Amino acid sequence: MRDVAVIGVGMNKWGELWEIAIRDLLAESALLALDDAGIDSVEAMYIGCMTSGLFTDQEHLGSMGPDYSGICPVPGTRVESACASGGAAFRAAFMHVASGMGDIVMAAGVEKMTDVDGGGATFALATAADQEYEVYNGITFPGLYAMMANHHMNKYGTTRDQLAQVSVKNHANGFNNELAQFRMKLTLDQVKNSVMVADPMTLLDCSPITDGSAAVILCSLDKAKELTKKRLVKVIGSGHASDTIQLAQRENLSYLKSTELAAKQALDMAGKKITDIDFAEVHDCFSIAEIMVIEALGIAEVGKGGPATMDGVTAFDGKFPVNPSGGLKSKGHPVGATGVAQIVELTKQIRGDLDKNRQLKKADIGLAQNMGGSGASSVVHILEGV
Amino acid sequence: MSAPKYWREMAQRYRFEAVKCKKCGRVLFPPRLVCPACKSREFENTRINDKGTIETYTIVRIPPSQFTDEAPYPVAIVNMGDNVRVLCQVADCEPEELKIGMPVRLEFRKIQQEGSSGILAYGYKCVPE
Repeated sequence: MRDVAVIGVGMNKWGELWEIAIRDLLAESALLALDDAGIDSVEAMYIGCMTSGLFTDQEHLGSMGPDYSGICPVPGTRVESACASGGAAFRAAFMHVASGMGDIVMAAGVEKMTDVDGGGATFALATAADQEYEVYNGITFPGLYAMMANHHMNKYGTTRDQLAQVSVKNHANGFNNELAQFRMKLTLDQVKNSVMVADPMTLLDCSPITDGSAAVILCSLDKAKELTKKRLVKVIGSGHASDTIQLAQRENLSYLKSTELAAKQALDMAGKKITDIDFAEVHDCFSIAEIMVIEALGIAEVGKGGPATMDGVTAFDGKFPVNPSGGLKSKGHPVGATGVAQIVELTKQIRGDLDKNRQLKKADIGLAQNMGGSGASSVVHILEGV
Repeated sequence: MSAPKYWREMAQRYRFEAVKCKKCGRVLFPPRLVCPACKSREFENTRINDKGTIETYTIVRIPPSQFTDEAPYPVAIVNMGDNVRVLCQVADCEPEELKIGMPVRLEFRKIQQEGSSGILAYGYKCVPE
């Protein structure tokens, strides 16, 4: 297998973007990534997208992506793994280059979520759960994560304040991110007192509905040395695992086994331990999710993710910064784009591209964790500056 | 909801029909073609218990569109024994009475309705035992 580097990244400003259709939404980030890499085409394009059909009536992004990015007749492939679609698309592009099939490949992600109303978005997102045995009985995604939160609180003593602190921390980070959808700081009381969605998850425990895209260019390390003068960001680890699609069928209802397994694969491939990693972008689709993810990754002990968050371990200036971009919570969560946007953030941090108030002090090795459904699939990547 | 989509799950929703692995004894609900524990493909028919305990729960306050008239409503994951858990609504119970560890029983109930005169969809809900 060949060494692979990220040589270009692009992400547009996320939000409720009524003026832009999915074709240009995707192309905006693709063009930013091509420009960043200093090239005008690639050999293949992988596009992470969960359900453009339900959100916009548009499928066949494998054609529309290359077409509107100006790179026809390059082959395009849509990759779907619910909210982990972006991470899975990046992994497909990584394998494409690592295998020697091609030298320069784009991984992009997109979701255009605001063409439908709230009920339509809830319906579309719920297709990531088991339709006949979960959704049929009236559960929603906030509901599934709320049940995981109640389980975690009951089993480990996690508190309401500890959950809310995840949102407070990530909004503090996103406040400085000019591409983030919701750039406002929050207090614990604001999170706890916002509208209840599914007990104990309030509106401000939940990531938002977002239009957005992201794209990155992957290149063989040898060729990357010829192409770019920027710091090379090497993909040193990749992992991907699944779990039962039904939450009810897991051994421990508030532990993310798929994340543990994907992280183990990625860390083994990189020859690293979690303590060797400087920072992480993780899938905080709900406040409880980040707590369970940092436990599955080994950043906190199992059951201690809440206290670790409260103690500032994962804060911007903490021992192990998590979601310096603002995470899904503040930056937004256009589901298919999220996993690719995590790679954009890792690359910018590692290259030292960011403004002073956004740039982490130490960012040589970063980890990205992207998750689908109630943790039914998980993708982990590790990038290192070389 | 199409008729075949509804009809093919009736054995599970109406009668709690499951399968038991002939090799390792694991009970699978809904039935599967292969046992995830031992990979055997031979099963005998069984039913899941109708009594269990609530392992976790929530109260859905912002529902999907087909449940708008029902909200807020409690949903739980219920441990039915034999390594089987089901997700279902909790009926005949005030939200504040819900507790992890609470004993419940599955009952046959109406689950949803398509519009004001559409198909009635049935299944199981749990009620306090």
